Amino acid sequence: MDYAILFYVFAALTVLSAFVVVFARSIIYAAFSLLFTFLGVAGLYVLLSADFLAVVQIMVYVGGILVLLVFGVMLTRNATNIEVDTGTLKTLPALIIVSVTLALFIQLFTRTDWSVVDGIPEIDGTTMEIGEMLVTTYIMPFEVIGILLLVAIMGAALIARRSEVEKHV
Amino acid sequence: MFDIGLPHFLVVSAILFCLGILALTIRRNAILMLMGIELILNAANLNFVAFSRFQGFRLDGHVAALFVIVLAAAEAAVALAIVLHIFKTSNTVEADRINALKE
Repeated sequence: MDYAILFYVFAALTVLSAFVVVFARSIIYAAFSLLFTFLGVAGLYVLLSADFLAVVQIMVYVGGILVLLVFGVMLTRNATNIEVDTGTLKTLPALIIVSVTLALFIQLFTRTDWSVVDGIPEIDGTTMEIGEMLVTTYIMPFEVIGILLLVAIMGAALIARRSEVEKHV
Repeated sequence: MFDIGLPHFLVVSAILFCLGILALTIRRNAILMLMGIELILNAANLNFVAFSRFQGFRLDGHVAALFVIVLAAAEAAVALAIVLHIFKTSNTVEADRINALKE
C-alpha cells in the first residue's frame, strides 16, 4: 500500500515534469523541470531496489549532465532567443503520431503476459555485485567505455575551443 | 490497482519515451532537443532496471543501465560542444535555421 502510494508519487513527478520539459515556453523552465524528472526516475530506481543506480542517476544526471545543459542554455542566449517558439504547424501531426504510438505501447505493455520472477534475494545492496560484474563478466565493455569517455571529453573540449584557437593564430 | 508490478514501470517509461520523441519533433532549440534525448535514454534505463528487478533480480540490467548513463554523459558533452560551436559561427541554436555547412 505504502509502496503503491510512493510509486504513484514518483511516477506523477516524473511524468508531469517531463510534460513541462516538452511544453514550457521558456527554455530555463524546461531545464529546471528536467531536474525533477531525473529525481523522479531516481526515486523509481529506489522503488526497484536499485540503490547504486539511483545514486549514480543523481550524481551523473543532476550533478553533471543537467549542469552542462544549464551552461549550454546560458551560453547560447541572445536578445532574440529568450523565448522559444514551438510553432503550431508541426505540433498537431507530431502530437497525433506520438499519442498513437503511446497508446500502442501501453496496450503492448499491459496486455503482454510477462514472465515475472518476483522476489528479491537477501543481499546487502547491489553495489558490491555490480562492482564484481564490472571487473569479471563485463571487463571488456568497461574498458572500452572508459576509453570512449576519455575520447569524448577530449573531443568536446577541442570542438568547443576550436574557434578561439583559430582567432589567436 | 494497488499491486504495483512490471507493467506499471513499463507504462511510465513509455510515457517518458513518447515525451522525448515529442520534444525532438516539436522543439526547434537544439538544447531542448538534447533534453528530449536525455528523456528517451532515461526511459530505456527505466526499462532495463524494471526488467532486471522483475526477472529474478539479476544485475545484468543494472550494468547495462550504467553503460547507458556513461554514454549519455559522453553524448551530452560532445553535443553541447557542437551546439556552442554552431552558436559561435551562425549565432543561433534553432535547428531549422542552421542551414550552412560553411561561413
